[in-house]
Amino acid sequence: MASYALRRVLGAIPTLFIIITLAFFMMRLAPGGPFDSQRHLPPEIERNVAAAYDLDKPLYEQYFLYLDHLAHGDLGPSYKIKDFTVGQLIAAGFPVSAKLGLSAIFLALVFGIGLGVTAALYQNRMSDHAIMSVAMFGITIPNFVTAPLLTLLFGVYGLHFFGLDLSLPVAGWNGGALRNMILPVTVLALPQIAIIARLVRGSMVEVLHSNYVRTARAKGMPSHVIVTRHALRVALLPLVSYLGPAVAQLVTGSLIIEQIFQLPGIGRYFVIAAIDRDYTLVMGAMIFYAALIILFNLMADILYGVLDPRVSYNT
Amino acid sequence: MIATGISGEGAALMVKAKDVRGRSLWVDAWHRLLRNRAAVVSIVILGVIALMAVFAPFLSQYGYSDTDYGAISCAPSWWNDPGVCNAGGTHWFGTDNVGRDLFVRILYGARVSLSVGLAATLVSLMIGVAYGATAGYVGGRIDAVMMRFVDVLYSLPFIFFVIILMVAFHRNFYLLFVAIGAVEWLTMARIVRGQALSIKEREYIEAARAAGVGTWGIIRRHVIPNLLGPVIVYVTLTIPAVILAESFLSFLGLGIQEPLTSWGVLIADGKEQMESYPWMLIFPCAFMAVTLFCFNFIGDGLRDALDPKDR
Repeated sequence: MASYALRRVLGAIPTLFIIITLAFFMMRLAPGGPFDSQRHLPPEIERNVAAAYDLDKPLYEQYFLYLDHLAHGDLGPSYKIKDFTVGQLIAAGFPVSAKLGLSAIFLALVFGIGLGVTAALYQNRMSDHAIMSVAMFGITIPNFVTAPLLTLLFGVYGLHFFGLDLSLPVAGWNGGALRNMILPVTVLALPQIAIIARLVRGSMVEVLHSNYVRTARAKGMPSHVIVTRHALRVALLPLVSYLGPAVAQLVTGSLIIEQIFQLPGIGRYFVIAAIDRDYTLVMGAMIFYAALIILFNLMADILYGVLDPRVSYNT
Repeated sequence: MIATGISGEGAALMVKAKDVRGRSLWVDAWHRLLRNRAAVVSIVILGVIALMAVFAPFLSQYGYSDTDYGAISCAPSWWNDPGVCNAGGTHWFGTDNVGRDLFVRILYGARVSLSVGLAATLVSLMIGVAYGATAGYVGGRIDAVMMRFVDVLYSLPFIFFVIILMVAFHRNFYLLFVAIGAVEWLTMARIVRGQALSIKEREYIEAARAAGVGTWGIIRRHVIPNLLGPVIVYVTLTIPAVILAESFLSFLGLGIQEPLTSWGVLIADGKEQMESYPWMLIFPCAFMAVTLFCFNFIGDGLRDALDPKDR
């Protein structure tokens, strides 16, 4: 078990290394640089700026310098956002992104499992078909469509009950107030709710038809005990391995959501930084995300082994 | 007596068998697909959208970049119009904030979205089938190395690379195909390899070989038809994924450039104007949603139609 975990961690290092190398050279081969501007600076100033950031050195030398700094935990200064290091920017954005992502995952689990189990219990009946059609909707419609539409509905047209204005704010973080969180978290969670509901329905249907559930029924167990104690525990196992992909999707989703709702998370930096050629910030955000996704995949695999005794790591 | 009876029946059966034409896997699948109402409706809707996209220049008096200065941010002609619009012509879906006809722009967006979808899927199909088939047929250590490479690529946060690529190469339209196709081939390669591996060991391959069918004959007659089912299903599911990826990039401002447009661009623009001019958001969203739905229904229908287990 421990050796399996160790092997997986060691296996992640080359992956991260490939990501860093690819991202570094792709970014640098792009025409333009972080300090290009409409206004032409005198050449000696341009030279000094380049020298200050080591941009005058040969590319391979810059690459090794970057790796050296990275090994010391230094992601470098941001080239565009003055007086901030990339580490500071990520540290400032991470709580926002994490709060968004975790709330979305929580919401998705609660609703996804609830809907999935309901659909499985009423297999091939009306409620099953209804839930699965809605899930199809959630999977098909991308979040950059749902986000503006929901904003239009609940933010712009708003909710008015008996003279009460219950409209939701269309953008902004406001220190993470609940009102501001509702729309972005909902939009982020919708596709995940749909995917989780499908997953849970599938495995639940299978489990409900298995022999031990039939035995439990034959013994005369009340059906709520069968569902919660016997079936659900096994049926939820596939969810654990979905954890890794879910985090990856949330990360991609947050790129859009943080931009639409103007939230100060990490995702918002990435696109702006790529356009501005803010090399260090792009690299920093990318490495951070990649490490996050790898970490969650790893956790999911290990957790699966802990929960499911049938999985062995001796291969 | 009995023997003659059987031979008589057998002869009758033989005669009957001559009348009944053998149905191939594909004819069978086609009939099953036609019985799936959601899939058929989806095919029809998608066909209409595709035809409208192809013949977009003939469907309206406006070009996709023509500005109608008498009708800026105009509501659809049939909408109860609150603004003052000098209605020179009919704008079925209204106009955008520089007076371009939204109906025409959505159709041109459909051209971009559908062609990117098809082209990038083709790229992923070619890479995926070649890679997967090679790995599956050759097998052994080469297979292990090749699939390990796919595993490594799988764990990369690809959308970030595509973003960097699009930024780096000035939002090149053709690069968009390649970039998205290059991302989508991984799953295709896995599917093809898995199929190739399992088909290689089947009895009917062995039987064909024993009967003296050549290698090429086996591949053409037995391997490819059996490999194609899951591949076609995955292709119909890849197209919407690609359309999504393209719209995602365009939405972020990294895809198609003005005055050309795509659904992602239209939705992004519509989002900016939605408070006063909701039609700029609603129509592109509706087109995109309907198209994605159709592809998903067709994919599901094809899966049911081509899955031999269902028979």
